[in-house]
Amino acid sequence: MYVAVMIVLVAVGTVVFHFMSPWWWTPIASNWGYIDDTIIITFWITGVVFVAVLLFMAYCVLRFRYKEGRRSEYEPENKKLEWWLTIITGLGVAGMLIPGLFVWNQFVTVPPGAAEIEVVGTQWQWSFRYPGKDGVIGTSNVRLISGDNPFGLNPDDPNGRDDVLVEGGDLHLPLGGPVKILLRSIDVLHNFTVPQFRAKMDMVPGMITYFWLTPTRTGTFDILCFELCGTGHYTMRASVVVEEKNAFDAWLGEQETFAQTMARAGSDPGRKASLVLNETGNVAAKDRQAQ
Amino acid sequence: MVDAVQDQDDFVPPAEVAEMELYHPKSWLTKYVFSQDAKVIAIQYSFTAIAIGLVALVLSWMMRLQLGFPETFSFIEAEDYYQFITMHGMIMVIYLLTALFLGGFGNYLIPLMVGARDMVFPYVNMLSYWIYLAAVLVLLASFFVPGGPTGAGWTLYPPQAILPGTPGSEGGIVLMLVSLALFIVGFTMGGLNYVVTVLQARTRGMTLMRLPLTIWGIFMATVLALLAFPALFVGAVMMTFDSLLGTSFFMPAISQFGEQLKYGGGSPILFQHLFWFFGHPEVYIVALPAFGIVSDLISVHARRHIFGYRLMVWAIVIIGALSFIVWAHHMYVSGMNPYFGFFFATTTLIIAIPTAIKVYNWVLTLWRGNIQLTVPMLFAIGFIVTFVNGGITGLFLGNVVVDVPLSDTMFVVAHFHMVMGVAPIMVVFGAIYHWFPKMTGRLMNVPMGQFHFWVTFVGAYAIFLPLHYLGFLGVPRRYYAMLDTGFIPESAQDLNAFVTVVVLIVGAAQMLFLYNIAVSMIKGKKSGPNPWRATSLEWQTPQTPPGHGNFGPTLPVVYRWAYAYGLPDATEDYVPQNLAPDQLMSDYDNSGLSHSAAQAAE
Ligand code: HEM
Ligand SMILES: [Cu+2]
Ligand SMILES: [Cu+2]
Repeated sequence: MYVAVMIVLVAVGTVVFHFMSPWWWTPIASNWGYIDDTIIITFWITGVVFVAVLLFMAYCVLRFRYKEGRRSEYEPENKKLEWWLTIITGLGVAGMLIPGLFVWNQFVTVPPGAAEIEVVGTQWQWSFRYPGKDGVIGTSNVRLISGDNPFGLNPDDPNGRDDVLVEGGDLHLPLGGPVKILLRSIDVLHNFTVPQFRAKMDMVPGMITYFWLTPTRTGTFDILCFELCGTGHYTMRASVVVEEKNAFDAWLGEQETFAQTMARAGSDPGRKASLVLNETGNVAAKDRQAQ
Repeated sequence: MVDAVQDQDDFVPPAEVAEMELYHPKSWLTKYVFSQDAKVIAIQYSFTAIAIGLVALVLSWMMRLQLGFPETFSFIEAEDYYQFITMHGMIMVIYLLTALFLGGFGNYLIPLMVGARDMVFPYVNMLSYWIYLAAVLVLLASFFVPGGPTGAGWTLYPPQAILPGTPGSEGGIVLMLVSLALFIVGFTMGGLNYVVTVLQARTRGMTLMRLPLTIWGIFMATVLALLAFPALFVGAVMMTFDSLLGTSFFMPAISQFGEQLKYGGGSPILFQHLFWFFGHPEVYIVALPAFGIVSDLISVHARRHIFGYRLMVWAIVIIGALSFIVWAHHMYVSGMNPYFGFFFATTTLIIAIPTAIKVYNWVLTLWRGNIQLTVPMLFAIGFIVTFVNGGITGLFLGNVVVDVPLSDTMFVVAHFHMVMGVAPIMVVFGAIYHWFPKMTGRLMNVPMGQFHFWVTFVGAYAIFLPLHYLGFLGVPRRYYAMLDTGFIPESAQDLNAFVTVVVLIVGAAQMLFLYNIAVSMIKGKKSGPNPWRATSLEWQTPQTPPGHGNFGPTLPVVYRWAYAYGLPDATEDYVPQNLAPDQLMSDYDNSGLSHSAAQAAE
C-alpha cells in the first residue's frame, strides 16, 4: 500500500513542483522564443509519459501485490500491444523532433545583412570588436598578439584599421537588428552565454565560431562563461547593454579604433611582429616577449 | 532457422566439445589473493570499486558544502573545487560504475548464469584486476603530487587540461591520463573474457535466446566498451604527448597570459570527438548492465516472466549499436559544424524508442504479476522512477535546439545524475541485496534495507529534481561560486543549502548500508541456496556460496529460458532453467528453508 502511495506522491509532487517552482527561465530578450516554445512542447509530451508510467506502476503494485498461492499471468509476448506502444512512442518523439529541427534550421541560417560583432575570450576576461565604418571585420592571428596588439589584428589588413576595440568593457548591442556574433578565443575553450538570449556557443582557439540573434528588449544582462576554462572560470563576467540605435551609435563613436590604438602606442607594433613572423615563424613570438 | 528450432521448448543440443581443464589453486596466496577464480576476482573488483567510490562520495559532500554554503568553508578554494568535480566525476563513471558492473557483477554472474565453471581465460582475468588496482592507485597518487590532481573537468578538454591556469596541469593531468590508459588495458583483458565466455562457454541447452537479460546487458556493454575505450585510449596517449613531448595534436596556436606558446596547428575539437565517441557509449556501458540486472530483479520478485523477452534483447542490441552514432549530441554548442546537429538530434531521439520500450516492458512485467515488495524490488521500482525521469530530460538535451539554452547548466548536472548516477546506483543496491545471499549464504537485514532504500530514493530525488529548475534559470555547472549575478534570485541559494543538507542525510544512510553488509556477512539469517525461488542457474548450485568450479561434478543442462515464472503446469510458481521436463509436477522446491526466508524478507 505505502509503496503505491509513494509512487503516486512522487508523480504528483513532481508535477506540482513544476508548476509552483519559483525557479524558471529568465524573461527572454532575443528572438529565440521559438526555443522556449519547443521546450514547452517537450514538457507536455514527456510529462504525460512520466505521469502515465508512474501511475500505471502504482496501480500494478497495489493491484498485483503478492498473494500466497496465486500465480502471475503467463503471457510472454503481446505483439499487438508492443506494436502500439512503439508506434505511439514514435509519434511522440516525432512531435518533439520535427519542431526542434525546424527551429534549429533557423538557428543555423544567419539572415543576410546581419551585423557582425566579434567577441574574444581570454583567461578570464571578455573583449569585443566592432567592424567600424567599412562594416568589415579585419583579419587576425594569434601569433600577432602582443601587449600593444591584444586582439592580434593584422596591421596590413585595411579592413581592420577602423575596427573598434573594447577591451575588458561591456558589450553594447543595438535593439531590433539581427547580429551575427563571431566568437574567438586566444587561449583555451570558453563559451559566450547570456541566459536571456537563450543562445550560446563555445569559443575555440584556432577557429572562429558563431551564432546569431536579434535583441528584442533593452536592458543590461550578464555575460557568463559556460565552458570550464580554468580556475577563474566562474569569475569571467561582463555585461551586455541592449539599447536603441541612437544610443548605440553614440556609444560606438566614443570608442577607440585599432588605428587610434596603434597611433597612441607611438609605434606600429603589430606590423613589426608580422614582418618577423613572415620570415621566421614561431620565433617571432619569443622575440616579442623578450622585448 | 536455427533459432526457430532452438526456441522449441525443452530443446537441448548434444554436447559438442569436452569440458575445459580448470585451474586449481595450490596455496593460500593463489586461492585468495592472486586468484584466478572469477568469483574471487569479482569480489576484489567490487571492494576496490566501492572503496574508491567512497572517495568520490566524500568529494561530492565537499562540493555540496561549497555550493550550499559558499562563504563558510574557507578550506575549499576554487582550485580544490575544480579538482573535486573532476575526480568525483571520473571516479564515479569509470572507476566505480564501469568497474563494478563489469568487473564485479560481470565476473561473478557470467560463469554462474551461463553455466560455466569459470571464465575462459582465468589468468588474463586475474591480470585484469591487478591492472585495474594499479590504475586506481595511480589515480589516488595524483592527490599527492605537486599541484594536486587535475581540475580540468571529467571531460579533460584540451587546451586547458594541460595548460597553466587549470589545477593539476603540472602532474595531475598526466597521472590521470596514465591511470585511464591502465584502466583500459586492464578492462580489455577482462572484457575479452566476458565476451568469449558468453559466446563459447555456455552450458548445453543455454541458447542465446535463453540467456538471462543480466547476461545480455553485461555482454552488450562489454562489446561497447571494447569498441569505445580505444578512442579514449588514443586520446589519452595523444594528450600525454602534447603535455610531455610538446606535440600539438589538440593544441592550436595559443597566446596565454601574455605569452606565445609553442603549440600550433592542432584541434581541440578533435579531442572532443574522440572523448565522446567513447563517452556516449560509456553511458550505455553503465546503463545496459543496469537494464539487464533490473529486468531480472523485477521478474524474480514480481514472480512473473519478463514481458516481451525477445524485444528486450533486441532493444539492448539496437541501443548498443545506435549508441555509436549519437556522440556529438554532447557537442551541439562546441563549435563543430552546426549542420551536424540535424543528424545527431535525429539519431539521439530515435534511441529513445527502444529505450522507452524497455521501460514499458518492465512495468508490463509488474502488470498481472504477483509482486513481492522485497528490498531488491523496492530498488527496482526506484530505478524505474529515476530512469524515466532522467530519460525524459535526455529528450530535452538531445533535441539540438533545446540543448542550446540548457547545455552546461545545472539542468545537465541534474539530468546525468538522475539517469546515470542515481538510476544505476539503485540497480547496484538492488543487485547487492539480491545476490548477497548467493555470495555469502546469508540474507541482509530487511528493516535496515528498507530504511536505506527510502532515504536514498526519496533523498536522491529531492536532490536532483530541483536542480533541473536552477538549470532553466541559467545557473551554470562547474561554478565554484555564483558571486553577484543579476538574474539569480536569493531563493536559489536557499535551495542550494537545502540540497546540501539532503546530500549529507543520504550520505549517512550509505554508512548504514555498509554496516548492514558487514553485520549480515557475519550474523545474517542463513539463506539457503535459493531464497528468492529464482529460476536462473546461479541459484541452482550445489553449494552456497558456490564452490570452485561452480557446479559440482556435472554441469547443469538447460531446458528453458530464465523466466519460467507462473507456468500453469508446474507444481511451483517457478521452474529452474535446469529442471528436467519430466520433473515439472514433482516437488522440486529443494529448500523449505529458503522458502520461509523469502517470506520473512517481505
Ligand atoms: C549523492 C551522490 C552525488 C552527489 C551529491 C553528487 C554531486 C555532484 C556535484 C555537486 C557535482 C558538481 C556540479 C558542478 O558544479 O558542476 C557533480 C558532478 C558530477 N558527478 Fe556527481 N554527485 C553524486 C553522485 C554521482 C554519481 C553516482 C555519478 C555517476 C555517474 C556522478 C557523476 C558526476 C559527474 C560525471 C560529474 C561531472 C563532473 C564534471 O563536471 O566534470 N555523481 N556531482
Ligand atoms: Cu570559462
Ligand atoms: Cu551521450
